[in-house]
Parts: sequence; structure tokens; C-alpha cells
Amino acid sequence: MFLRSLYTGILFLFMGLMVKAQSIEVCSDCAVNSLAKGIAMAKAGDTLLVQKGVYKEYNLLVDKPLTILGKDLPVIDGEDKGEVIRVVADSVEIDGLLIRNVGTSYTSDHAAIRIVRSKDFRIRNVVLEKLFFGIFIEKSTHGEILNNRISGDAENEYSSGNGIHLWYSDHIRVTDNKVEGVRDGIYLEFSHHVNIFNNISTDNLRYGLHFMFSNNDSYRNNVFRNNGAGVAVMFSKEIEMIDNRFEKNWGTASFGLLLKEINDAVIKGNTFEQNTVGINIEGSNRIVYEGNDFIRNGWALKVLGACYTNTFTKNNFLSNSFDLSYNSRMNDNSFHKNYWSDYTGYDLDEDGIGDVPYRPVKLFSYIVNNTPETIILLRSLFVDIIDFSEKVSPVFTPDNLLDNAPLIRRRK
Amino acid sequence: MLKILKYSFFDLVRSRWSYVYLLFYLLIGYVLLFLNHDLSKAVITLMNIIVILVPLIGTIFGIMYYYNSREFTELLLAQPVKRMSVFLGQYLGVALSLSLSLLIGLGLPFISYGLFQSDAVWEFGLLLVNGTFLTLIFTALAFNIAMINENRIKGFSYAILMWLFLAVIYDGIFLMSLVVFGEYPLDNFSIIATMLNPIDLSRILILLKLDISALLGYTGAIFQKFFGTHTGVLLSMTILTLWVALPVYNIYRKSLKKDF
Repeated sequence: MFLRSLYTGILFLFMGLMVKAQSIEVCSDCAVNSLAKGIAMAKAGDTLLVQKGVYKEYNLLVDKPLTILGKDLPVIDGEDKGEVIRVVADSVEIDGLLIRNVGTSYTSDHAAIRIVRSKDFRIRNVVLEKLFFGIFIEKSTHGEILNNRISGDAENEYSSGNGIHLWYSDHIRVTDNKVEGVRDGIYLEFSHHVNIFNNISTDNLRYGLHFMFSNNDSYRNNVFRNNGAGVAVMFSKEIEMIDNRFEKNWGTASFGLLLKEINDAVIKGNTFEQNTVGINIEGSNRIVYEGNDFIRNGWALKVLGACYTNTFTKNNFLSNSFDLSYNSRMNDNSFHKNYWSDYTGYDLDEDGIGDVPYRPVKLFSYIVNNTPETIILLRSLFVDIIDFSEKVSPVFTPDNLLDNAPLIRRRK
Repeated sequence: MLKILKYSFFDLVRSRWSYVYLLFYLLIGYVLLFLNHDLSKAVITLMNIIVILVPLIGTIFGIMYYYNSREFTELLLAQPVKRMSVFLGQYLGVALSLSLSLLIGLGLPFISYGLFQSDAVWEFGLLLVNGTFLTLIFTALAFNIAMINENRIKGFSYAILMWLFLAVIYDGIFLMSLVVFGEYPLDNFSIIATMLNPIDLSRILILLKLDISALLGYTGAIFQKFFGTHTGVLLSMTILTLWVALPVYNIYRKSLKKDF
């Protein structure tokens, strides 16, 4: 008898669930003609099906598990009045909306979509235009940000926000997004175990990707092009940077990648092409640089301040104005089996490794580091002559800073 | 004067060396563009050549021509022509034929590789303007040296030394003073020091127009601020013109008194 009633109970529970998970249609001439109404009517677990149209709404609060599904990209116009969607419940999915005209505020960071203290959220196929902050994740975990298009029209750093902003949020996946024209394309602060894969971040005012105090994160196969200053990784540990492209971050204060106080990171298989500085390294230790391509940068590597036990192996250095610049005469980093296009040595035993060590620091780059004004003698005949004589008999550059086994042919 | 100019000019245009010079530029232009189709990259490589070689060739050509045509000069001076027009005519003959070789020698390859369709037109134009200025300047300086020194060997050495000084040693002294006085603000000093040497001035003018100027950083920004304005461009063109005018005036002055 007891068992039977339990069965019936479970049956009713299931039926109840099935009844509960219903779909509510939102369209301009339906009974439910706004998202606010839809959200108010919906019960936990419902789907809000938003039909094509323009909905002028802002400050929408999602406080229960919901799926908001846009059909044919409905437009939600915030009319510059404030935040558009705020999620404060777990398991919310937002899919296929176009959100535009997010209000700008200097006191609260208005976002198109803000997730607050929630788990298991999913934001995908969303298009954001004319925004302040785009997707703002605050103290939330285990979410996915997938296949979104964010294009801002930021003009000044102080009056613009970030495309995807993660703050105290762990275990998030950020994949296949395209971010352009905002302040920082993707920004992480105190966010750990975040995976950032296959994104394209271009034409942003400041950084394409920006890490602060975030550990154990990984970013792969992303493209960072033409950003104000490239990618910045600061005060973080154990970050994986693999197979990314850093291109055309070109300007007087630009770089492809900035490392500041980074320990135990891995930088593998990346391409740095046409940046003023390929990688700017400050106070970073125990980093493995392997199989990266540095092509036509001003400086391929600029090493400033205390950097210890870093290893550079199997990288290609191709036609950079300076391969390496060092500001101290001490060296604790090792270079091994890299290909340097400026290498002029020979290989008598034909094992593919040059018999003469290569010295990547030119005298001129050493002088420029000490007296930056001397850079105006760039490409003067005198500079070529002193570089040559320093190459023949090094006096000023660190003695042990050399690649003992430079490759003869470019690593494929 | 025009007659002598015409004579010198055609004499040189017909001479073998002008053709060698022209062929040299044609070869450089075509080889560069053959190896690298990117016009703006070729402009950077070409800058190195122009800034160093054009002055050297101008110097050597100028001094050789003056010494070689000495008998002819003496013959001319016996005729009822103005002294000034004899010397200035010869100078202009050399300088213009060299400039023409430069313009044609580099212009042809670049035009045939589609210069006018690319966005490197202005950089290339600036390159040619600077090359022409350098030719005029260094031929004039060579003529000056040749007129002062009767001894050919001495004159030749002085001319080469002058080239060496402006192309290499000057930059060495410049670099040393920047390093030694690194504690002081050096912005104005570097701008003035650059202005005083036509080779450095050409190099900076071209560099600032190219992508590579981003490497110049803070110092570059100061230079850009100065040379980027109309006043800056006007001022540097004035300085280059002065570099032509002063030696030419000196040729004129010397030519009035020169004894044979």
C-alpha cells in the first residue's frame, strides 16, 4: 500500500514536472507582449519563446531557472536607460537575442546581460550592439558563453566597458565568440579554471584579452588582432596560452602579449606577427616558450626586470627588427634550438644545428634600453657597424646569453 | 651658363658611367621588387641604399668630373664667358644627370610593379625627393673640395672623408653624446643634431612616414610632433635647400677668384 502510494506520488511528480515545463510565447501582438510579463508569468524551468520583433525593455530580472529562446533574432532595445537583463537564478539559458543600446553609467557598470551569484548558466548566439558592458559574470560558476557576437563603438577608455567580463567566477567556458570595438574584449579578474577557446577579439580600445589575479586558466586558438595593446596577463599563475594568433598590435605603446608577474605558465605554438613588441616580459618566472613563431615584429621579445628560469626552445624568429632586448647584464634564462633568421653561422656536420652559437641581443638594442632616445639612430650605417663588431667580439651584452644550438632551417 | 650646362649634361648623359649608374638602380629596383612584391617593404630597404649610396656616388662623381674636365675648364675660361657660368654649369650638369639616373632608375621598376595603384606612392615620392636633394648636396660639397684642393689625391681623400664623417662618424658622435648626457632632456638636442646632417635628416623624414616609426616610441612621438606638422616639413625642406644653397654659393664665390 505504501509502495503503491509512493509510485503514484512519483507519477504525479513527473506529471507535475511535465506540466510545469511549459513554453510561453512572447510576441508584439500576443497576450504576452513583453519579456517582463513573460518572466513574471513563467514558473521555474519554463521556456520563454520570444518571436521576432523589437522589445523596448530594460532592467529585466530573471529570478528563476528559465530558458529565454529568441526566434529569428528578436531585438531588445534598452534605449540607453540602464541594464538590460540581470540573472540571479541558477540554470538560466539565454539563446538567440539581439540586445542593443545599453545605458552608460559611471557609477554602476550597466551590462547587456549580467549573471549574479548563479550556477550552470548558458549564454549563446546572442548579438550585442551599442553596449557599455556586454556579458558581465559576477561571482558565478560553471557557465558557458558560446558563439556570441559583440560589437561596440567605444571611443574612450574611461567611457566604455568590456565585452565579456568575468569577476570572481570560476569554471566558465568562453568559446567561439567574436568581440570587437569595446574596451577590453575579454576581461578576467579573480577568475580561475576558465577556458577561453576559438574566440576572435579585434579592434578593441585596450586589450583583446586581459587577465588580473586569475589562476589556472587556459586560452587556445584565439585570434587577437589590431587591439590597442594586445593581450595582457598580469599577476596570475599557471596560465596556458596555446596556438593563439597575436597580430598587428602596432603603435608606440603596443605589444602582442604582456606578461607581468606571471609564474609557471606555458606559451606554445602561438604566432606573433607584426606587433611593435611580440612579448613584453616583466618579472615572470619558470615559463616555457616553445614552438612559437615571431614574424616581423619590432621587438620579438622584450625582457625587463627580474625574469628567472624561463626556457625558450624551438621558436622561429623571422625578420624582427630586434629579436631580443634585455635591460640587465645578468641572464638566468636559456635559449635552445631556436631558429633565428639573422643567424649567419654554418653547419659543417650537417645535423641541422649551427656550429657557432647565436647571440640574440644586438648591441644597439642594449644601448636603446639604457638610453631610449638613441632609437632615432635606427637604421643608420653606424649602428650596423657597431652591431657587427659586437657580434664578432661581445663586450656589452650578457656573456651567457646565447643560443648554443641554433637551428639552420626554420622549424615547420 | 645654359649652354655649358647643356654641354656638361649631354656629355655626362652620353658617358658610360651614367649608364652604369642608371643600370645599377634599375637592377636594384627590379631585384628588390622581384624578391619582395610588397612595395612598402621595398621602400624601407631602398631607404638604406639611398641614404648611404646616393651621397657616396654623388661625392665620387662630382670630384671625378671636376678633376677630369680641368683642361676643358681652362679652355672655357679663355673664352668670353662668365666665370660663374662655367663652374655652376658644370655642377648643375653633373648633379642633374645623376638625379635623372636616380629618378629613372628607381622610378621605372616601381611604376612597372604598380606604384600608382599602391598606397606607397607618397613614401616613394618622399624617397625620391630626398635622394635628389642628397645628390645635389653631395655633388656641391665635392665640387667645393675639388676647387680648394689642386692635388687630386688629397681632394679625393678629403671628399671620401667628408662622406664617411656625415654617413658614419657623425652618428657615432651623436650616439655617444646621447649616452653620455642621458641624464639631461635631449629632445631638442636630438632634433637639432638631426637637422644639421642631411643624411640623418633624410633618414628620419623617411622613417617617420613608414610603419616602422612605431618602434621609435616616445622619442619618435616627439619627432613626429615636430616633423609631422607643416612647419616641421617646411623647416626640414628649408634646411635641405640651405644644404644645397650654401655650397653652391661657395662654388660661385670661389669661381670668381679661382686662379689656374
